[in-house]
Amino acid sequence: MTEFLQQLINGLALGSIYALIALGYTMVYGVLRFINFAHGDVYMVGAFAGFYAAPWVAKIFPGDQSGAYTWSVIAGAVTVLLISMLVCAILGITIERLVYKPLRNRPRLTVLITAIGVSIFLQNFGQFLFGADPQFFPEILPDRAIEGLGELTVTVNQVVVLVVTMALLVGLRFVVMKTKMGTAMRALSFNPVAASLMGINNNVIISFTFGLGSALAAAAGILNAISYPSIDPLMGILPGIKAFVAAVLGGIGNIPGAALGGFIIGILETMVVGYVSPMYRDAIAFAVLILILLFKPSGLLGSAEREKV
Amino acid sequence: MTPLLELKECTVQFGGLKAVSGLNFTVNKGDLLGLIGPNGAGKTTVFNLITGVYQPTAGEIFFDGESVVGHPPYKITGRGIARTFQNIRLFSSLSVFDNVRAACNMHLRHGVSHALWRGAAFDDEEREVEKTVVELLEIFKLDHLRDTQATSLPYGDQRRLEIVRALATRPKLLLLDEPAAGMNPTEKLELMRLIRFTQERFGLAVLLVEHDMRVVMGICERIAVLDYGIKIAEGSPEVIRSNPKVIEAYLGE
Amino acid sequence: MSTRPKTWLAVAAVVSLLIAWFEKSFNPYYDDIVISIGINIILAVGLNLVNGYTGQFSLGHAGFMAVGAYLSAAMTVFVGSSFGNFTGGPTIAFISALIVGGLGAAVAGLAVGVPSLRLKGDYLAIVTLGFGEIIRVVLQNMEVVGGPRGFPIPVRPTNFFWTYLAAAIAIYVVVLLVNSTYGRGFLTVRDDEIAAEAMGINTTKYKVQAFVIGAFFAGIAGGLYAHFKQFITPEGFNFLRSVDIVVIVILGGMGNTPGVIAAAVLLTILPEGLRAFAAWDALPVWVAQIIRNRMILYSLLLIVLMLTRPQGLFVGSGKFTKWLKSKRT
Repeated sequence: MTEFLQQLINGLALGSIYALIALGYTMVYGVLRFINFAHGDVYMVGAFAGFYAAPWVAKIFPGDQSGAYTWSVIAGAVTVLLISMLVCAILGITIERLVYKPLRNRPRLTVLITAIGVSIFLQNFGQFLFGADPQFFPEILPDRAIEGLGELTVTVNQVVVLVVTMALLVGLRFVVMKTKMGTAMRALSFNPVAASLMGINNNVIISFTFGLGSALAAAAGILNAISYPSIDPLMGILPGIKAFVAAVLGGIGNIPGAALGGFIIGILETMVVGYVSPMYRDAIAFAVLILILLFKPSGLLGSAEREKV
Repeated sequence: MTPLLELKECTVQFGGLKAVSGLNFTVNKGDLLGLIGPNGAGKTTVFNLITGVYQPTAGEIFFDGESVVGHPPYKITGRGIARTFQNIRLFSSLSVFDNVRAACNMHLRHGVSHALWRGAAFDDEEREVEKTVVELLEIFKLDHLRDTQATSLPYGDQRRLEIVRALATRPKLLLLDEPAAGMNPTEKLELMRLIRFTQERFGLAVLLVEHDMRVVMGICERIAVLDYGIKIAEGSPEVIRSNPKVIEAYLGE
Repeated sequence: MSTRPKTWLAVAAVVSLLIAWFEKSFNPYYDDIVISIGINIILAVGLNLVNGYTGQFSLGHAGFMAVGAYLSAAMTVFVGSSFGNFTGGPTIAFISALIVGGLGAAVAGLAVGVPSLRLKGDYLAIVTLGFGEIIRVVLQNMEVVGGPRGFPIPVRPTNFFWTYLAAAIAIYVVVLLVNSTYGRGFLTVRDDEIAAEAMGINTTKYKVQAFVIGAFFAGIAGGLYAHFKQFITPEGFNFLRSVDIVVIVILGGMGNTPGVIAAAVLLTILPEGLRAFAAWDALPVWVAQIIRNRMILYSLLLIVLMLTRPQGLFVGSGKFTKWLKSKRT
């Protein structure tokens, strides 16, 4: 039982990462009906943005040698997170403006190929810029196990990951449901033509969506790096694909679905690693994808789309 | 005599919406039946139902005395039902000739191995297909355009080509989905002539979905009227014209 | 008419044989490049049937190549010696290994094609990518063929003749298939699946056939590759290898076989040329670094091409251009 609980907690922490990335896929799909293949690489850039920002931030908010959680440490970590989110939001918007926007109304295949191109570019330009070897992400938040839980090992970072993810999810829900931007986003994903007739500026909303999604991916990049500090330019490929699977599992285009899918994939992955074999860690997501597409292509919370004849 | 096509209590439901409910009608050999109704009445849905694009939630569809429910569209076409589309769906990268040639595909006796071996049997069959296609194009006066890309044809020619392409599958029943859409009055007259001609020349039954009352009234012997997925009337053009329910459906309260 | 394509194939075989006669006197470096070109032609022409003519975007071609490479290599390593040393024995062993590899890959193609039929565009691309990755993961865990450490092949029977004979057969099959009434079916699936079904065309059958034929040639290419490099690793057939082939097809123009062949030649030579160029002293170090990473260039090429010339670099028929323009959905 302890073992199961342990796996569940690890799974939730991992699932948080997938959930945050999956949201970007699903939101972009909602407004543009296309899969932004390069999204996983934005997550990678997020981690590297934090990597380069951390030493500068540490000068303003110095860390504590004893490993205590002082205000300065927390403020520093939050600053790194915010900087990384900002950098990626700008990156996401730039990519959309530069590359995807001219391709709107082109066949989906053209856009898909372009997105693959952007993905490969980010990976390889990343290798050129950051070096191909893994880098060690600085400890912006001291990590330790929480005491008094018996055989269960829960680290502070795991709690941080969960809390920050929940906060971001709640924040996102607020933005999407309560703000003007969010309403426009929903209108656009419901019917682009009608939305633009209602005076919604599609370009602004699309940029906003890309910015928001990329910022969430950046947050995932930082949250992952505080627990698994080894980062490299190709680190985004697998989490990107798994998060995509999560988005499909939840029903692509459906925001709560993406979060749910993320947690399910995360938990499933840790369970498979824990109980079956670590060998299948990366294959499980693909198996889930194939099954879901075969049996319920609209996903858990999505609604089926019917092609008009 | 068994009717060529028979719909029995057909219902299609999308989520909570009944697009077609409890629909009954029959088409006999040589019939020219018109299916009319206001926008969103479910006319195209009926076509999609017959051709297997949608499955009925309830009810049965018989063609030539056999049920076609649950069969994939290509098999239903193989039984002898061909169609055109409301929003023209020609094969856009193919020439006029190849569009029609592709529709001869299902009657081919030879497959991959012959295409690769290119023996005498293959050549004979390709010549046969070419002859059929050219004949069809000649009948519909499209032969001079045979190498033109289908989608660069003028609108009226594209509609005509869709009919030719459907005929290449050698149907017994031809479904025409709003063939007059977007045509001017002269073109419509020409189209009416063409439909009659096609029906007689190929001995077909035709089921015509049309928005334009004049076209339908002008050529159909029998008309069924749909409104909100329910058949509200059926009969000769004269009967339909004076039916108060039809007038109400078209003109509102 | 009917004899011409076959004659052409025979001519290709004879020419390859003649060139192969002098192969031993070639500079090994150029021989390597020429054989790599041939292997890439086979891969790209096969993928073009799937991606270009049938419009089913597959991103897992390297997976099929891996199946062919490993199966044929295993044949050679575990069964090959039983062919003995009689005259022509090794050749027969090699050919059977290639064919087994091709058939194995075709079966894998069937396994991918059938469940993928319900999927379109983006989804299909990602599922095929997934299948490719699954194949790789499975190979990594197969100790009998060396797992992640790789699998050495003791002989090198792949030469100019076999490579270009296989390439000629691949081109022959794809071109003749597509240019027949039967083969027009592939193009109708790409143009409009619903209309194709309505014209009595069994779109499922065409998609599966495209996958199986494409995979078969990928398997053959994999076999040639394994018996050419004499060492294969699962990592050598990863997603980026699939992208390599996709780039060739896109650059050449989807559904344009001559263009794709030209692109296969160009993109195989290009990295070599760039490597030579990067070695030039006058270049700043960072420029040389960028040039050495061919993937940076490929990805930029893809993006720029999609933005400016989605029909590919070489316009053969111009049909695809018009198709793309007509498909502004």
